[in-house]
Amino acid sequence: MNRLEINLPGLHLKNPVMPASGCFGFGREFGSLYNLSDLGAIMIKATTVEPRFGNPTPRVAETSAGMLNAIGLQNPGLEKVLNEELPWLAQYDVPIIANVAGSTEEDYVEVAKRISTAPNVHALELNISCPNVKTGGIAFGTIPEVAKSLTKKVKEVSEVPVYVKLSPNVTNIVEMAKAVEDGGADGLTMINTLLGMRLDLKTGNPILANKTGGLSGPGIKPVAIRMIYEVSQQVSIPIIGMGGIERAEDVIEFFYAGASAVAVGTANFVDPFACPKIIKDLPELLEQLGFDHISECTGRSWK
Amino acid sequence: MIVNENCTIVSQKEIAANIYELILRGELSAEMKEPGQFVHVKVADGHDPLLRRPISIANINHEKKEFTLIYRQEGRGTTLLSTKKESETVDILGPLGHGFPIEETEPGETALLVGGGIGVPPLYELSQQLVSRGVKVIHVLGFQTKEAVFYEDKFMELGQTFVTTVDGTYGTKGFVTDVMKDLSFDTIYSCGPKAMLKAVEANYAADKKVYLSLEERMGCGIGACFACVCHTADDPTGFSYKKVCTDGPVFRAGEVVL
Repeated sequence: MNRLEINLPGLHLKNPVMPASGCFGFGREFGSLYNLSDLGAIMIKATTVEPRFGNPTPRVAETSAGMLNAIGLQNPGLEKVLNEELPWLAQYDVPIIANVAGSTEEDYVEVAKRISTAPNVHALELNISCPNVKTGGIAFGTIPEVAKSLTKKVKEVSEVPVYVKLSPNVTNIVEMAKAVEDGGADGLTMINTLLGMRLDLKTGNPILANKTGGLSGPGIKPVAIRMIYEVSQQVSIPIIGMGGIERAEDVIEFFYAGASAVAVGTANFVDPFACPKIIKDLPELLEQLGFDHISECTGRSWK
Repeated sequence: MIVNENCTIVSQKEIAANIYELILRGELSAEMKEPGQFVHVKVADGHDPLLRRPISIANINHEKKEFTLIYRQEGRGTTLLSTKKESETVDILGPLGHGFPIEETEPGETALLVGGGIGVPPLYELSQQLVSRGVKVIHVLGFQTKEAVFYEDKFMELGQTFVTTVDGTYGTKGFVTDVMKDLSFDTIYSCGPKAMLKAVEANYAADKKVYLSLEERMGCGIGACFACVCHTADDPTGFSYKKVCTDGPVFRAGEVVL
């Protein structure tokens, strides 16, 4: 019996565990460590129309139970992703979720239109929540009407279902979720990082060259759980949950909160084998907890 | 191949002021070949600190399946690591990165190994491998002060060794470059503070083969997180980049922007 196989809009997944965008590059580094076909899916690094170098270094700073990053959407640009990265990933039997980013609506539309035609791209993840770029990113993810409008425009051109990645840096996450659902989103992914900052003890200066960065890692898990709990009861589209997942127990907790699949982010940096370990541990944990299938866990906290 | 293993501590001791020598035993030592590679160390279980610490490999002993890390106890992570005792285990990921190309110095030629402070350790494995190849080695090792000097005897066994200290309390007063100008050699291999690497590059890269090992804050250490990127020298403000963790940490001088 396969306790882990699930179906979501555009996605038939062997298991509900995938690496989160920005924490896995385009898979090459991990491809030399284990078989990427073992993953449920892969959320590739955010792609923009033009190549981006990203922010100056230092780009990461550690915190207790987490890390701040301000990479700044470094990526080789749409052409290279289409011509080199996605064809390379096609050797694996794993659906790709392409994270789409940009500075303007037109940018998002352009990337979405073209990248959604790649044969192994089965869904898009609309990145309206990156806190580390001056234009675009989170600017689209904090005003419901703006997020809705962008979702609508991207939906019009995308050949595959569109998931919208929500930012936790808002007062009312449910309002944001409903807005993108109205805009036609097929699913949600949440949460992106929380905006944070660290200062150097000796100089008093910010550690990150970008001054602020996105907080990820186990420390943000309760925030993610709370937001998924709230949103999942107010929308009718599925949620891919993320935020501090590092073991099978965390996955179950996200499902209880209302997620239908999960993504693993920062844990890949600490243990590059985190995803396959979680996938391996899940069936036994489900057995112990008395579930025949992982989908039975979704929304148990609602009752 | 990159391996993740809990390695056993053979010994750990403070060999200079706040400088620790940690000898570990593990099967992953079999994967260690190039001098100048590093391992990514989880200094403690749990979430604080969360990330690993990159530490260069100072010595490889394939026969005993051991390897040596030398690090400066400074922040929270290295302080925790320094409290670990013999027979305890340490979670190691490695070996990582590309090291020094020993084949760039022919047998019979002379290599100058220039280290600064906590950049000295990887030069020890490098020097041994160069000597095995029949290369003559000269070492110039720079430290802040007398109490910070380590491994001078070990380097002396392999070749001529000069020590400098900034405050003049040991060896020649000044910087490594003050000693280098009087030496003749074919190649330079260097690891140390960025100011030192810049000086070495500025003075010698034009007419010598110079290889520099860089240090940068890292996240994953395997090339996935893009924390440790630097611009390439031929495109200093553009989109080309190198990752210190996987393309480096060793680069030929002039390859990347220091």
